[in-house]
Order: sequence, then structure tokens, then C-alpha cells
Amino acid sequence: MMDWYAIDTWIVIVGILAAVSCTFLGNFLVLRKMSMMGDAISHAVLPGLAIAFLITGARASLAMFIGAAVVGVLTAVFTQWISRFGKVDQGASMGIVFTTLFALGLVLIVQAADHVDLDASCVLYGAIELTPLDVVWSTELFGMTVDLPRAVVILAPVCLMNASFVVLFFKELRISSFDPELASTMGINANWMHYLLMTLVAITTVAAFEAVGSIIVIAMLIVPAATAHLLTDRLHWMVLVSVVLAIVSAIMGHIFAISLPGWIGLDSNLIDATSTSGMMAVATGLIFAVTLFIAPKHGILAKRYYRTKVTEIAE
Amino acid sequence: MSDFSEIFDVLLLRNYNTRLVVICTFLLGSACGLMGSFLLLRRRSLMGDTLSHATLPGVCIAFFLGVLLGGDGKSLPFLLFGATVTGLLGCVAVLFIRNHSRIKDDTAMGIVLSVFFGAGVVLLTMITKMPQGAAAGLESFIYGKTASMVYSDFKLLVTVTACVLLVTVLLFKEFRLLCFDEAYAAVQGWPTKWLDVVLLALVTTVTVAGLQSVGLILIIAFLIIPAAAARFWTDHLDRMLLGSALIGGVSGWMGASVSALIPDMPAGALIVLVAAGFFVLSLLFGSKRGVLVGWFRQLSLRRNVGRQHLLRALYEILEADRIGSDEIVIRPVPFRQVRGRRTWSDKQLRKYLRQSYHDGLIDTVKKADAILLTEAGLEAAARMTRNHRLWELYLIEYADVAASRVDRDADAVEHILGEKLVALLEAKLIKLHTAKGLAVPASPHPITPGD
Repeated sequence: MMDWYAIDTWIVIVGILAAVSCTFLGNFLVLRKMSMMGDAISHAVLPGLAIAFLITGARASLAMFIGAAVVGVLTAVFTQWISRFGKVDQGASMGIVFTTLFALGLVLIVQAADHVDLDASCVLYGAIELTPLDVVWSTELFGMTVDLPRAVVILAPVCLMNASFVVLFFKELRISSFDPELASTMGINANWMHYLLMTLVAITTVAAFEAVGSIIVIAMLIVPAATAHLLTDRLHWMVLVSVVLAIVSAIMGHIFAISLPGWIGLDSNLIDATSTSGMMAVATGLIFAVTLFIAPKHGILAKRYYRTKVTEIAE
Repeated sequence: MSDFSEIFDVLLLRNYNTRLVVICTFLLGSACGLMGSFLLLRRRSLMGDTLSHATLPGVCIAFFLGVLLGGDGKSLPFLLFGATVTGLLGCVAVLFIRNHSRIKDDTAMGIVLSVFFGAGVVLLTMITKMPQGAAAGLESFIYGKTASMVYSDFKLLVTVTACVLLVTVLLFKEFRLLCFDEAYAAVQGWPTKWLDVVLLALVTTVTVAGLQSVGLILIIAFLIIPAAAARFWTDHLDRMLLGSALIGGVSGWMGASVSALIPDMPAGALIVLVAAGFFVLSLLFGSKRGVLVGWFRQLSLRRNVGRQHLLRALYEILEADRIGSDEIVIRPVPFRQVRGRRTWSDKQLRKYLRQSYHDGLIDTVKKADAILLTEAGLEAAARMTRNHRLWELYLIEYADVAASRVDRDADAVEHILGEKLVALLEAKLIKLHTAKGLAVPASPHPITPGD
């Protein structure tokens, strides 16, 4: 049976914060056909981490955060340059940039081979299950001890920043996503919007996968937004729906994660018996798969229904 | 560091281990280069990324099944089979989402990547908690170790490369059509969906074969970089395939050789960096779409346009002061007067003058700061003006452009008119407006300075 502790509440809160931060920006990545940016950045930041590590000589989180964020933004910039000057397809130029940066990162890490605690896989799997153990602040509230995890302190501001970015620049984002040329004629610098968005994506990606692992980031940047895209034609609804879906999938993911090991006979008392981040990605994927079929207007069943109706009328 | 004999030993494949690694990466690079070209042209370069992540759950499930069936779960062919199954499933899922909803290719790839990989991570974490899982070594599937290739890897890669090559040769025409005009192929009755699946199945095969010997990132890079680099050199698919395979193979050879020379250098990463080097070189110096070639073309076009503007301005000035006779009389034209014909800066105009002087089209009258057309210059000027007016006439007669704005439109196109098109326009237009044969037709609109 499933047991729920305070620690589970914190895991879900951290998951929701990470998911919502990503989803806000993800809507615009999906509309701009740059969905793979999260994946690209999460691989590409390796040299940033390595350089920060080589300079400071320690796993100091701030230096590594800055290093990673800078390389993340550079990934977006290089991608843009290659696709503009070389007329290379955006997906391809993204792939070129992130594989090259990742390879550079691997070579740099080998140079620091003595420090074994930095390896490539630490980038890809953060451990959301362990975040509640890293407490920064603790207080008594109504007779209960409340421990505030560090991940919450990192992710809450990021989430707030992304939410306010999307709310404040909603009009600019909308126009520059759908029609960059129109945006330019209206005095909105579409290029600047692009780089601003990419900077936020880089910061969010780095902040989130340091806390919870990159798989949540990659999934939550795209999947809830794509699901919402199937459900509505209005951008503001799409953003709202995607945020709700992100919250739901974070909760569902954790519930799956704590029940699954029990089902297959593993010791379910281990808090990291399976990967909560992975489960959250699977949960959001399941929601997408269901929506793909039953969405009211753009779903496969609905389209099939309309098609038969049209043929009936035609006959 | 190593001395020269050692470098030669490696480059010439004298050491057995190095030979194996180098040949394997060469083969893999060529096969990926081939497949990558098709992916690039289908704008699906990141499919390799999706696919290689989508293999993870397959590996884990195969391992689970292996354990359930009583083994230790580490039978390589079985793991590879699992990887192929979920890899293909991932491809089919991408195609399904793309074909049956409004979701675009890139988003479909991202969804499949993250969800499949998420499932893989879930399973992998559970495996590491299993008693048999501690030594599963499934990690090396994600970060392969090139330097530790064995003879069975070589056999696998030879088979895969041969397969890929064979199918590519057999289905070359079909794949080409699929890449360049999918809709046309469908209309022609080709089973485009199945061709797509065959193509992606080949990509899956290559990816899975490479994944466990060289690792995820190298495969992704191999599927994108050589193809993108080859694209800068040619517009022909066959040459692009050849070039891409060659760049992939040579990157593998060089990267693996360097990593054999320098201790502790990950071969996969070095190969990616070598390939990236090739890409940057191609981006800059590529003979068809390279950046420098593009700049040079633009520069020479701009120079041509500038010279044509100058000659036409001179011609129109001379044309304006002929009275009665048809003969254009060459006289020195003051710099100021030419300057007033268009919105160009002194600096620009002087540059064009210098170029035209260099080409022998004009002479300068030094003291008066005036410009004198040479005979050759006059002839060229008449020809330019004639082209311009013909084009204007065409726009008015056939394209319904108002006379008041025709000059600017004509300006935008005339510089790229070919001789054939000019002849065609002449045939159509001269008859209509003037019977004077080679003479310059009159301007269809009043000529004002600044046009």
C-alpha cells in the first residue's frame, strides 16, 4: 500500500515548481518549433560546468550555475548563427552545437580526471527524491516542524520569474512567435524576444536539473504545452491549461513512483526505489497520449468523427 | 607525448587494437553519414537524438526479461534486440503523432524522447536496486567506450554498414523523391509512409549498432554533423551522400587515432570534435553554400548592380540633352549631376566610378571633376538602359504594375535577367512599341532625378 509522508509532499512541491517553471516557457518553444532546445541545453552545459569546476576547483554551486547558464545561452546563440549564416535547418544546427559542446565538456572533464566526483551522468540524473533532505531553513509552525528544502528556494524564484515574464511580455511573445515580421513592423524586436526567451530557458534548465534532474526539464518543456496545444486554439488558454497539466503530471508521477516498486515486489520503503523524475515524464506522456486520441477538436477520434460526418452529408 | 613512429603506427593501423577501433569508427561514421544525409534533407536531424534515447527502455525491458527467464540478463544480442524494438517504436510514435495531429515534427520528437527516456530512467533505477542489477553495466550503453571495442563489434558494424549501403543503393531513387518532394511521391503512387518507416528502420539499425560501441552522443553527432558539413559542398544528393559518408569516416579515423595517441582522451568526444572541425571548415569554405562563397557572390552582385546604375544614370543624362537627332553625343558629365540621379552617397558613387574606370567604361576629366563615357561604356550603358526599359515595359504590359512605381520594381529584378530572357522580352515587346530594332526604347515614365 501507498504511504504518504511530509517528504512526499515536498517532493511533489519541488516537482510542481520545476514542471511549472518549464511549462511557462515551453509553450513558446513548441510554437517556435524549438522543442528540442531543452534537450540540447541540458547536454550542452557540460563544458560550462567543467570550466567552472576547473577554475574554482570545487563543486561550488554558484560558479557552476553561472558557467552552465552562460553555455546554455551560448547554445541558443550558436544555433541561431549556424542556422542563419549557413542556412542549416534549425534542428540540425541545434544538434551540431550541443553534441560538439558536450564532447568539449567530456574532454575538459577528463583533464580534471583526478576529481572523480564530476562525471557526465551527474548532469543527466538529478535526484528529486533526495531534495527534501537538503534543508536550508527550518521552523515550528502550529506545532509541526517545517523544513524548507534548498530546491524550493531555488525553483520558486525561477518559477515566479518565468510566470511574470510570460504575463508581462505576453503580447510581444505571442506576436513574435506567430509572425516575427509583423512583430518587427510593430516595433517589437523579435530577435531580442528570442534571446530573452532562450536566456530564461537556459537559466530554468540549469536551475531545474541541478535540483531535480534534466529529464523533468526536457519533458515538461514540451509535453504539457503540446497537450494543451491539442486542447485549445487560444494562446492564453494554452498557457493556463499547460500549467494545470504540468501540476497534475507532477502529482501523478510521484504517486506512480511510490506505488510502482510495491507492485513489482521491490521494497517500497526505499525513497529512491525508482526515479520520480522519470515517472513524472511518463505521467505527462500518458496524459498526452490520451489527449491525442480524445481531444475535442484536434484529437484523432474527433477528426475521424468529423470526417465520417462530412462523408455522410456529402452522400 | 608520442614520437613520429608511434604516430605513423597509429595512422597506418599497425597495432591490432587501434586498427579495430579505427576501422569500426570509420565504418560507423560512413554508415551514419549516409543515413544522416536523408535525415537532414527530411529536416529530421534530431531523430537520432530521439531514437537513441528511446532505446533505453528497450534495453532495460530486455534485461528484466532476461532475468525473468533465468539468465543474468546481460546477453548482448538480446539487449540490442530490446533497444531496436523500442527505438523503432519511438520512430513510429513520432510518425504517428506527426501524421495524425497538429503537432509538428520537432515537438513530436521531443515528446517521444522525453517520455521514452523517462520510462527508461525509471526502469534503470529499479534495475540498479535489484540484486542482479548491481553489475548490469547498462550505463555503458549510454556512454559507450570506444577504446574497448572487440571483434564482435567489428562484425556487427560491417554487417550493418553493408545493409545500409545496399538498401540505400537499391532505394536511392525512392529516398530521393521522399526527401525532396514527399507530396509528389505520394501522388505518383509511391508508398511514402512505408518508405519513411524503412528509412527510419535503417537509422534505428545504425543507431543501435553504434550505441553500445561508441555511445549516445557520438551517434547523435555522427547522424547530424557529417551530413550538414557535406551539404555545403554540393547540390547533388549522390555527391552529398558520398561526401557525408567520407567526412563521417575520416572523422572516425582521425578522432580514434588521436585518442589512441593521447592517453585518457575519450575517443567518442574527440571524434565529435574532429567532425565539428570539418563542419566549421565546410561552413566557411564550402563551395556551394559556404559563408565565404555567399559573401563573395553578394559582393560581386552588388558591384554589378552599382555599375549598372551608374551607366544607366549617365546614359539618361546624355539622352535628356539630345535634341532632334537620335544620336547620343558623348560629353563630360559633372560629378554633381550624376550624384543627383540616385540616392547614393559620394563614397559609394566614387567606388563605382573607380570600378568602371578600371573596366575601361568611363574616363575622368580630372580638373572639371566630370565623367566621360568611353565608346565601350556608351555601348554598355545603352544595353543596360535598354534592358531596364524592356523590363519596365514587361511589367506594365504583362504584370499590371503601375507606371509610377515600375522603375523601382524593374530595378529589383533587371540585374539578374539572363540573356535568354532579355531576348524573349525583346521579341515580345519591341514589336509592340518600337520598330527600331536594337535601339533603346523610350522610357515608359517621365525620368526624374532620384529614380
